[in-house]
Amino acid sequence: MYTILKKERLNDLVDFMRIDAPMVARNAKPGHFIILRVDADGERIPLTIAGHDATSVDIIYQKMGYSTVRLGQKEAGDSVEDFVGPLGKAAHIRNKTSVIGVAGGVGAAPLLPQMKAYKEQGAYVRVIIGAKNKDLLILKSQYEAFVDELYITTDDGSMGEKGMVTAPLERLLKETVAEHVVAIGPVIMMKFAAQTAKTYERSVDVSLNPIMIDGTGMCGNCRVTVDGKTRFACIDGPDFDGSNVDFDGLMKRQAYYSDEEHTCKIKLGYHGE
Amino acid sequence: MANKKQPRMKVAEQPPLTRIDNFLEVALGYSYEEAKIEAMRCIDCKKPRCVQACPVGVKIPEFIKHLLEGALDSAFETIYEDNILPSICGRVCPQESQCEGACIMGIKHEPINIGALERFVGDYGREHNVAQSEINAETGRKVAIVGSGPAGLANAAALRKKGHDVTIFEALHEYGGVLTYGIPEFRLPKSIVKDEIDNLKTMGVKLMKNVIVGKSITIEQLKDEGYEAIFVGSGAGLPSALNIPGENYNGVYFANEFLTRVNLMRSQDFPSSATPIKIGSKVGVVGGGNVAMDAARTAKRIGAEEVMIIYRRDMDNLPARREEVEHAMAEGITMNVLHNPVEIYGENYEVTSVKCEKMTLGEKDASGRRRPVPTGEFETFDLDNLIVAIGQKPNPILKSSTPELKTHGWGGIITDEAHQTSMDGVFAGGDAVSGAATVILAMGAGKEAAEHMNHYLKTL
Repeated sequence: MYTILKKERLNDLVDFMRIDAPMVARNAKPGHFIILRVDADGERIPLTIAGHDATSVDIIYQKMGYSTVRLGQKEAGDSVEDFVGPLGKAAHIRNKTSVIGVAGGVGAAPLLPQMKAYKEQGAYVRVIIGAKNKDLLILKSQYEAFVDELYITTDDGSMGEKGMVTAPLERLLKETVAEHVVAIGPVIMMKFAAQTAKTYERSVDVSLNPIMIDGTGMCGNCRVTVDGKTRFACIDGPDFDGSNVDFDGLMKRQAYYSDEEHTCKIKLGYHGE
Repeated sequence: MANKKQPRMKVAEQPPLTRIDNFLEVALGYSYEEAKIEAMRCIDCKKPRCVQACPVGVKIPEFIKHLLEGALDSAFETIYEDNILPSICGRVCPQESQCEGACIMGIKHEPINIGALERFVGDYGREHNVAQSEINAETGRKVAIVGSGPAGLANAAALRKKGHDVTIFEALHEYGGVLTYGIPEFRLPKSIVKDEIDNLKTMGVKLMKNVIVGKSITIEQLKDEGYEAIFVGSGAGLPSALNIPGENYNGVYFANEFLTRVNLMRSQDFPSSATPIKIGSKVGVVGGGNVAMDAARTAKRIGAEEVMIIYRRDMDNLPARREEVEHAMAEGITMNVLHNPVEIYGENYEVTSVKCEKMTLGEKDASGRRRPVPTGEFETFDLDNLIVAIGQKPNPILKSSTPELKTHGWGGIITDEAHQTSMDGVFAGGDAVSGAATVILAMGAGKEAAEHMNHYLKTL
């Protein structure tokens, strides 16, 4: 059992949690993820490490599926059944002097440590965060604290620019000498961000989040097609060069259990949708 | 005493039509009476070929003699000296290519059912807590074991008996490795695996789950924490792919995923267990080994109506245990041999059919088996799911974080005769070294490595 040391509500859908997990914290780096099970009947769900100290690990999760909703019902002082990591390859912080980070929704959490790493190595850092509306935007002040330029987009225009993250991204790629893009968020957003970067001949990294079970390369559930080759997101990723990822295939694979997800939500008392 | 004419005692089984609706064990094992009758067939050879053919050298005629005499404790102790997991090996060993394959009775008659006898004695020992392992005086030497599968368990038991301070690190949330995530309940009840793990705990072996050596803690960090010898038994947890078009479509599973969802995550109990699984009415399983049979029979049990094995050689060359093939066929699984998948078709990114090339058998290959040769004729089968069960390679995680650990190009860890790797104090055994093999070979390697590790620890 792994104790929840701290819990904060970031907005209606998103929480922050700090978990006591020395064996995960010890070797954690930006880009690594963890797998947790909320309880003894729980699924194994992967979440990116949002930060850590010597003995604890921070996660930020959106309560969108059965297991994240169950996780959200836990409070500080409670514990989760299993918590293992750090998994995956640490983010590859490239030797670039000017980068653009693009985050959609809860993707702002895994992007944060990567952008900090770029800043620490002296890069000029621009970040675009997009969300459905201003209430669902997370980590704005944390980004403001260190980035050189911050851009906000919301679907409804309740904060920043109305529309998608790709609009300011395209502008910046046209108008600046930024060399590299890191895009993390919903697959559809990463797909268009990667396309935009490619159009303007910039390199792009994305962080993929397929369905996983063990997270150690054993089961192959998380396979994605990159450059026409099958890769396992858990051990070859989760970060990949985004210029040749089969995002459409990934979206289909992510949706394979959507009917079952619906069954689970009914169990939680959700109806409709 | 031996009666050569007496036929081999049959093992009671759940009837096929009943068992395809449950996950209970298929083979029910011998009663004491049946075990004694079968034991009478052993002619107690002077030079027992069965013992030589056993990877861990279980003294088979001796335990059978104790069984016949009614000395069940002694029978158990005799096996336990060489094999700490008799209940498991009695169930999952490929006896026909080991002890029973060598049994002299098999030449003119039928071999003794050594597997069923071992299982009977193993279960007796478990149920009556016979295993009283003497633990030598504490040496104060710390040993780390990577992985709680058969290699790690055997290694742990042997080193603990020598008085060392043994800790097993397991990556998953349950112990047992492939015994837990891979082999289905109907072939190896998980309660048995749990008993064996509890037995190790009683001996004083420490176990830590959710620790991935190479990630959570590196080999160097283990050494820094005072572990003086390390055994790597990380298994063959990396599925081999067909590498044909369509393999990433929804509905195509690697056997490891399919079996892990059911065995470890209990997806057959969805939604009370939160991990789902999808199975359609027509399922194809590619491969002819035990994993393929396990996947096919599991598919049947969770609702598939038609399940077909697709294998590129013929029936005589199926690598699975004979009993598993017989059980699968009795359960209505069809054997589509001499077929090799070449392309998977799908609609809306979901599998709909698989195109196979018909094969024929040609000259013998390096493995001594006749090589499958393409005929240029094709056949396409409509399917809702395709499960790929064509083998596993050693798991790459430890290697990727430990560059100084030398491996073969295909991923197997390189070891010397003493099971030592390229790193001082780091030993390895089981599938991580050999590539995917059997439970008993992994156990044998774990046990043998323990001897060398014990010797190594004495030299420090």
